[in-house]
Amino acid sequence: MSALLELEDVEARYGPVHALHGISLAVEEGTIVAVLGPNGAGKTTTLRAVSGMVRRSGRIVFGGSPIERLGPAAVSRLGVAHVPEGRGTFSELTVWENLRLGAYARRGSIDSELERVFSYFPWLSQRRKQDAGTLSGGEQQMLALARAFLQRPRLLLLDEPSLGLAPVLVAELFRIVRELNEQEGLTVLLVEQNAHLALQAAQAGYVLEAGRVTLAGTSDELQADDSVRRSYLGY
Amino acid sequence: MATAESSPRPSFPGRGSALGGISPVSVLLVAVAAALLVGCLRSETFAQLTVEGLALGAVYGSLALALVLVYRATRIVNFAQGELAMATTYIAWQLIQWGLSYWEAFFATLGIAFVLGTLLEVVLIRPVLHRSAIAAVIVTVGLFILIDGAVTWIWGGSFKFMPSPFGTKIYHVGGVAIARLYLGMLAVVLVSVVLVWALFRFTKIGLGMRAAALRPAEAALVGIRVDRMLAVGWGLAAVLGAVAGLMAEPSQFLLEPTLMQPILVYAFAAAVLGGLESPAGAVVGGLAIGVSLSLIVQYVPAISSELQLPFAFAVLIVVLLIKPSGLFGRREVRRV
Repeated sequence: MSALLELEDVEARYGPVHALHGISLAVEEGTIVAVLGPNGAGKTTTLRAVSGMVRRSGRIVFGGSPIERLGPAAVSRLGVAHVPEGRGTFSELTVWENLRLGAYARRGSIDSELERVFSYFPWLSQRRKQDAGTLSGGEQQMLALARAFLQRPRLLLLDEPSLGLAPVLVAELFRIVRELNEQEGLTVLLVEQNAHLALQAAQAGYVLEAGRVTLAGTSDELQADDSVRRSYLGY
Repeated sequence: MATAESSPRPSFPGRGSALGGISPVSVLLVAVAAALLVGCLRSETFAQLTVEGLALGAVYGSLALALVLVYRATRIVNFAQGELAMATTYIAWQLIQWGLSYWEAFFATLGIAFVLGTLLEVVLIRPVLHRSAIAAVIVTVGLFILIDGAVTWIWGGSFKFMPSPFGTKIYHVGGVAIARLYLGMLAVVLVSVVLVWALFRFTKIGLGMRAAALRPAEAALVGIRVDRMLAVGWGLAAVLGAVAGLMAEPSQFLLEPTLMQPILVYAFAAAVLGGLESPAGAVVGGLAIGVSLSLIVQYVPAISSELQLPFAFAVLIVVLLIKPSGLFGRREVRRV
């Protein structure tokens, strides 16, 4: 079966700095795929290359069509939702406005979908009128996830969702991501420092080092790999 | 659970230091409004000057709002905003010469202004904005000179006479004579401002424009075509400028290429007083500048009408020195 997202020999640079040196990876429909690696390995850049936030070359195929020449708005409209590192919530706008932005590219009422989002994030419905900036870090991360879900994406790019959150919130967040994956069939490409959590949630993973894929496999294979255990799982 | 840590942050920027929900700025504004009201009740001259000041101030506020919209969308100050407004006023004059009624010409001009503003952003500003903001600002300065030259070339530098849409009727309210002109100016400008505000506040495209201005990168991620939004922002600014130009003209009774130059200075002072990023601040700032100019010239013998411009400039400098964030601005808190 062919993958929902395929990267083939993708390079990206910030000015003179090469961030990706030819990444190839594939994400099957309906799975969660984790991207692991040390700081500066190019994990975030990989996501940015997919969503068009950085200039890139190589081949990126999403749902059968090439997207490596498209900008972020166009990629988003094809069904890719990207929750960037640092969440990307609009802190000056209200919770409701943030959610509304999720469905920006679509016409018509979003009421029924809001109900579905509120079933995953019940507390959000009481906070509609609050400025998103007054939410806690964990709540903002949940809001970003809820907004991404309202985009009705075929693929969710999730960048370091656990960053700066209390462990109990991280667990809650991952529970919701897995629920969205299992119940809604949402495909997720997940960048995460916490390799333990990431491999628990994911079915497959890639290890990036210095802008290259150094290891790929199923979660079980990666968890059993000695170098992964030593470097990222810490035992 | 997520809901446990939801207490409002005491130091949230932009909400001001809330004293039981009331900010010092709103206390100040209420006090000023009360003082003006008392003055109006005690003196007819004062009341007339206040109404006149509010009408002119609304014009300054409208142009200031145009400056703020452009600044919020593209982070540059458009020095050509006033000249663009002047040019659209000439277009309205031309349309009236060709036989349109005043209000037909008014609305046609607003449409033309929108197209002009959008085109300017796409053709002249966007190509340089990607390089640097200062380059774009320099382009607007060049545009100032270009528009000025083009208008003089097309229509000549001599005065044009334009019929007033409001006539010369004077209302008498409790012994105070109020020209219909000023009430009309005030009404037209305030209605335009409210419509623009409602567009931003209640419509989907307004939400998209706000998101694009606040965080362009994240806005693109939800599918907003940011470039398009910024161009529309410039178009709306040009419309507000056109309203300012059209309403400024009847108060001066003559149309000449320098029509908007003093008004641009007042609008800058108003925008800075309001905090440069705050639409409400721009309008309140405009009204404040209008009323204080009108009253000061009458009641402070040392300041004659020739000193109005230097006074506005002094306001601008004092605000920048003492409170650069203005009355409504938030301190620059930016995440990297």
